[in-house]
Amino acid sequence: MFEKALQGNKSYWIWIFVLLAITGAGFLAYLRQFTYGLGVTGMSRDVSWGFYIGQFTFLVGIAASGVMLVLPYYLHNYKKFGRLVILGEFLAISAVIMCILFIFVDLGQPRRVMNVMLHPTPNSVMFWDMVVLVGYLILNVVIGWTVLGAERKGTPPQGWVKPLIYLSIAWAPSIHTVTAFLYAGLPGRHFWLSAIMAARFLASAFASGPALLIILALIIRRVTRFDPGKEAIQTLGKIVTYFMLTNVFFLGLEFFTAFYSGIPGHIHTFEYLYAGIEGHDKLVPLMRISSVLAVVAVFLLIFPKIRANETMLALASVAVFISLWIDKGFGLVVGGFIPNMFEKVVEYWPTGLELLISLGVWAIGLLVLTALYKIAISVKEEVEL
Amino acid sequence: MSMNRRQFLKIAGLTTIAGVGGPVIVAGMKERLLEASELVDVPERSGALTAQRWGMVVDMSRFRTEADRQKVIDACHHIHNVPDFGNPKDEIKWIWPETYEHAFPGREDEYMPHALKEMPFLVLCNHCANPPCVRVCPTKATFKRKDGIVMMDMHRCIGCRFCMAACPFGARSFNWRDPRGKDAQGRPFIRKENPEYPTRTIGVVEKCTFCTERLAKGLQPACAEASDGGLVFGDLEDENSDIRNKLRNHFTIRRKTELGTSPSVYYVIGGAEHV
Amino acid sequence: MYDGNKIIIGLVVFGLLIISPILYNTLGKASVPPEPDINTPEINKMVEKKCVEPKSFMRANHMQILNDWRDEVVRVGKTRTYVNGEGKEFNMSLQNTCMKCHSNKKNFCDKCHTYMAVKPYCWDCHIAPKEKTT
Repeated sequence: MFEKALQGNKSYWIWIFVLLAITGAGFLAYLRQFTYGLGVTGMSRDVSWGFYIGQFTFLVGIAASGVMLVLPYYLHNYKKFGRLVILGEFLAISAVIMCILFIFVDLGQPRRVMNVMLHPTPNSVMFWDMVVLVGYLILNVVIGWTVLGAERKGTPPQGWVKPLIYLSIAWAPSIHTVTAFLYAGLPGRHFWLSAIMAARFLASAFASGPALLIILALIIRRVTRFDPGKEAIQTLGKIVTYFMLTNVFFLGLEFFTAFYSGIPGHIHTFEYLYAGIEGHDKLVPLMRISSVLAVVAVFLLIFPKIRANETMLALASVAVFISLWIDKGFGLVVGGFIPNMFEKVVEYWPTGLELLISLGVWAIGLLVLTALYKIAISVKEEVEL
Repeated sequence: MSMNRRQFLKIAGLTTIAGVGGPVIVAGMKERLLEASELVDVPERSGALTAQRWGMVVDMSRFRTEADRQKVIDACHHIHNVPDFGNPKDEIKWIWPETYEHAFPGREDEYMPHALKEMPFLVLCNHCANPPCVRVCPTKATFKRKDGIVMMDMHRCIGCRFCMAACPFGARSFNWRDPRGKDAQGRPFIRKENPEYPTRTIGVVEKCTFCTERLAKGLQPACAEASDGGLVFGDLEDENSDIRNKLRNHFTIRRKTELGTSPSVYYVIGGAEHV
Repeated sequence: MYDGNKIIIGLVVFGLLIISPILYNTLGKASVPPEPDINTPEINKMVEKKCVEPKSFMRANHMQILNDWRDEVVRVGKTRTYVNGEGKEFNMSLQNTCMKCHSNKKNFCDKCHTYMAVKPYCWDCHIAPKEKTT
């Protein structure tokens, strides 16, 4: 089926080459980081994880959210998702690849990355994160490819795929739970040390992932002859609505515990993120944008009539995606380090090179996504027409 | 339930694989786990200093002036080739001063003596009995030895910095750039290399090791040696050791004990006269 | 066969590329393996010029010994003393044992490593002895 990705019209190839160019620029930037060290980033002794790990965390959520299509379709036999399910699985593949790349560019000694497998360490959450991410990648590749191949031949998928699909449904929440455990088990990082972290991660994942899928589905409908289905998109809208509300609710719980208990360690990071501490307020504008977008999104989503309008749904989805991208892809990780272990405020801001490398990773992800979607849609068009 | 030949062979085959393969995998894993199972043996070379659990008391009555602190810091940083980048973003440090309110956040009282609040305490890796950094390391590059020292294997560190996120004491530094490099003026970051000890390389985490290389030679840690008794180093499990004597006769505090990591570094705030 | 000529030419070019390193080495002059230089003041002073283990063993296995020493010193820490086949004791240290005698890294280590095109990362951290630049 690979050949489908190599047959496209002019705009397809322009898009591919734009992505390749960005990837190339990102790669050159990475070479600079490789020789100079991670000092080219904005990270420091005090804020030792930054944009890369933030993006990783956010993208694990996007990857996990594929289950929001797989589960209704396979467990509840919700046929309306039949046309979308493969898009969810392929989005997961692209997201996991980006996750792995973001971890890779964040390593100080990337050449030693195999040490994680040479010296397996079950007491480290990072070891398990590697296990679940690689497992999830393999599951989605195998399932997506097999099911699509069967569809092309007009036969039902092979029997052995079914158990794998059920496994992948259970596996999806695990990848994001384990990612939350990276943070939620560290003594002394009060902002992260919260039992609700994994739940909050899942809620934001199941809002931001389907929101991205809505946007992608609408784009696909516009640029191809394939229509993912109006009703399927509306169902995704409902999923986004419920999980966005859950996410806002969970964030509210964090605020309550921090501010009602009045324990300084629990309050400080929230203060830093949303108001600034003693004039240190680099993240405040971003976090406020995130909050405003969240409110706008909830307003647009909560009324079925507004949501039924696809333009409004698209707007709401963009708002959800950007809001959560800021909240999880930036604020959550950086916020955990501020104030530092000495209760001093040392701020962080990504450098241009850091952003360029990140952009390169996103370009690779989009490249993979484009190729996979091209294959999936070509097959669907071929079968239907 | 009846089964045909084919089914029987399938089940028999699977059972064999599980029976033979399982133990092999388990044994392999065990070996791997044991290789750096949390506790690693102490040095046994003749003349080496050994202990059940190494610890340190920082007696602040002996650190009244900046010179008192600086000579200790210099001794450590010189002997271990710790680079000085001249900026806080790239900073690497093994032992350094922090004022009371920053070293012991949450312990400062409203009306405590100003002098105490501003007093610079020497802080370093606490060599915790229950170290979170060791718990999170995905490659066992940081591990706990049997003598309580939390050690770093710079050869194995992949630079993921999970340990830096996990350490509640900010004891860990990362090599954001080449420590062997030079600044814009052409001055090397390591002013004067100690040829007996290695430097580090780009992208690994480092911290105090309680001078394992000196203990193996029967020497006290460099900081303790330079401190004129301000830093008492010894075996916390040995009732007759100097350090236990110090702990018996003084009121001491440790950093962030509420987190359960159980630091092995104790602080005496005043002299004996305050008890 | 369609485009038979093109395919055959392509195969020939491919084959030539593949064997080009061999051709380069056989047609050109054969390169002589370097002999590590042990002419240092420290070694010259020795009555019996002996390394930790016999020369042939060291030549084949020094990397393994260094790996073992590294793990012993950094990770196990049981003893930092190496006892060789003759019962002689050595301090396990690249900087303080090996390089104290082999103070000529350029003519000892680098010569062979360059020839073999291996780049051990020892020297990223371990400090090489000060040498007169010749």
